Amino acid sequence: MKYLDEFRSPELVKQYLDEIHSTVTQSWNIMEICGGQTHSLVKNGILDLLPDKINMIHGPGCPVCVTPLALIDEAVYLAEEKQVILCSFGDMIRVPGSKKSLLEAKAGGADIKIVYSPLDAVKIAKENPDREVVFFAVGFETTAPPNALSVIQAKAMALNNYSILTSHVLVPPALEAIFNDDESEVHGVLAAGHVAAIMGLEEYYPIVEKYKRPVVVTGFEPVDLLAGILQTIKQLEKGEYKLENAYKRVVREEGTPSAKEIIFKAFEISNRDWRGIGTIPQSGYKLKEEFLNFDAHEKFKISIDKVKESKECIAGQILKGIKKPDECPQFGKKCTPEHPLGAPMVSSEGACAAYFHISDFQF
Amino acid sequence: MNDKKIKMQLSCPMPKLDYDIITLGHGSGGILTNRLLNDGVFSLLKNNLLDQQHDGATFNLNRKLAFTTDSFVVSPIDFPGGNIGELAVNGTVNDIAMCGAIPKYLSLAFIIEEGLTMKEFWDILVSIKYAAEEADVQIVTGDTKVVEKGKGDKIFINTTGIGELNPKADIHEKNIRPGDKIFVSGPIASHGMAIMSVREGLEFDTDILSDTQNLNHLVKELLDEFGSKIRFFRDPTRGGIGTTLSEICQKQNWGINIFQKNLPILPQVSAACDLLGLDPIYVANEGIFITIVSPEIEQEFLNKIRSNEKGKKAQLIGEIVSEHNGKVVLHSAIGGKRVVNMLIGEQLPRIC
Repeated sequence: MKYLDEFRSPELVKQYLDEIHSTVTQSWNIMEICGGQTHSLVKNGILDLLPDKINMIHGPGCPVCVTPLALIDEAVYLAEEKQVILCSFGDMIRVPGSKKSLLEAKAGGADIKIVYSPLDAVKIAKENPDREVVFFAVGFETTAPPNALSVIQAKAMALNNYSILTSHVLVPPALEAIFNDDESEVHGVLAAGHVAAIMGLEEYYPIVEKYKRPVVVTGFEPVDLLAGILQTIKQLEKGEYKLENAYKRVVREEGTPSAKEIIFKAFEISNRDWRGIGTIPQSGYKLKEEFLNFDAHEKFKISIDKVKESKECIAGQILKGIKKPDECPQFGKKCTPEHPLGAPMVSSEGACAAYFHISDFQF
Repeated sequence: MNDKKIKMQLSCPMPKLDYDIITLGHGSGGILTNRLLNDGVFSLLKNNLLDQQHDGATFNLNRKLAFTTDSFVVSPIDFPGGNIGELAVNGTVNDIAMCGAIPKYLSLAFIIEEGLTMKEFWDILVSIKYAAEEADVQIVTGDTKVVEKGKGDKIFINTTGIGELNPKADIHEKNIRPGDKIFVSGPIASHGMAIMSVREGLEFDTDILSDTQNLNHLVKELLDEFGSKIRFFRDPTRGGIGTTLSEICQKQNWGINIFQKNLPILPQVSAACDLLGLDPIYVANEGIFITIVSPEIEQEFLNKIRSNEKGKKAQLIGEIVSEHNGKVVLHSAIGGKRVVNMLIGEQLPRIC
């Protein structure tokens, strides 16, 4: 496939790897922000091919991992107690809440549907005028435009049985939280290419200046990832720090203005809770005043007790790159992909699930 | 759809039945059941043993037997490239073939949700007839039950099959040894992605067709030629080739290497997997097998299998090795390695 196969070329991969090996002289911790990048590193066996001196840290960019426990409990509550049709992206439904996951609620008879787009949920609302339909709107900047568009459409169609349960989070504030954490030892960052494709590069310049660490906007195919790693290493070895774009075929300086316009028509920036990390100021989106009728939390006046995370799960330290999954005492013992204690063990993008498969590689 | 299938549909017009839909009465065992069976099932699937219309079929078989059963609950019941009827025949036929046996007779049991249209039922029956003729098996006994609306999903089908072991076959895990070669008989992941493309709420436009087909004739041809040099057959249905290979490998004192660049996959299937974030090695198949053969026949085997229409896209995908015992290691196209584990739960599309 054009624009894909070229970036999976074994010859190009070898060239990049050779250059990375000859460039690195000391140990560097590089964080890939996005779970999609983690997934690609693992799936293609890239971690195994990098020099030992490069330590990849798997960042918090896994929407499934950072969606607060309370939100999952709310989604389960809406599906079970309020009998709504709860629509969700696929890998969200297996994440454990405090009592159960959406998948378990579904098995118990709750009406939970997997959709690819919130616009499908809008369609379901239109087709089921006598039922309330709630879309579980999680994710980073990438899923924000369609989620915003869904409420804009629902409003235009005067659909009063559609709402969204929002837990939208943003990459730049998370990056700052990681850099600000005294325990974190991240030297350079691969920023998520698809997030930058929407939002552009503007937000990253001040972060690079303030924390004096290189940030390289990186894609997802093997060649993209290695190009991002190489550019980061080159900067680190020279003692430089700048923002670079290693994903130019997709990311433009200004991002995608039309998508940003849609986001800010429906959403405004607000504080957000991150599962495992805590509240990060100004780190997410909430619906604007004029769309509050479409906010499921408001609409159903949900007030359920917030349950504390299992103390055994160290997802917060994992997501900030302070600890590696295999440093968790429960890793592979009490916590496995079949019986996860925390979200990073669930999604294929989660660092713990990724490590579970790699650690299995010790033979 | 192939010409033969179309021809059969045209030559089997739906008989005039009392009702347009299946009702609870059609499962009562009374007159409605009788008419449905006589005018529908028996007239279409006609053969000497079925015509006895007894509580069961009686017949002689001469050799060691293979015996298997499978239930089919696919949704939607009609999908690009096939329907639940032919899937139910091919699935059981293939399971028998994977034992190194030649499938002979099948039972056929329906659990129908009231409200299924006669037209839908008839289309399924015609596909069953077509698939049974193609596989050269007879449907000799069966059952029909009807459940209330909401207690099923249109129609569930169970088929049980019996076959005679090919005297040349010696199919067993214990015969596998390091150095043996692993082949797959055709492109992977087509069935699962065809179903995904039409699943309610997840539809996308594509020309991906299910690979459902019988494999018994191809298996017989290969066994007749290579006998016990073929160590093993398995059809990687649910869980895909990843789960199947992991299962085969578990607890063995050898390991498996597979090579991503050799895995046959149609470009549209690969694109759909990329789009949805699914790993094709875990996507279901219904018309291919994995086989493990002695290394000395590697090239002859490849030539032979590729000379058959159903194996023309076969590929050597890996080998049995005397390292990493009990584990499947995938060598990625770019030279990396990862362990392939069994699929946990259902593969779910990722968020981004």
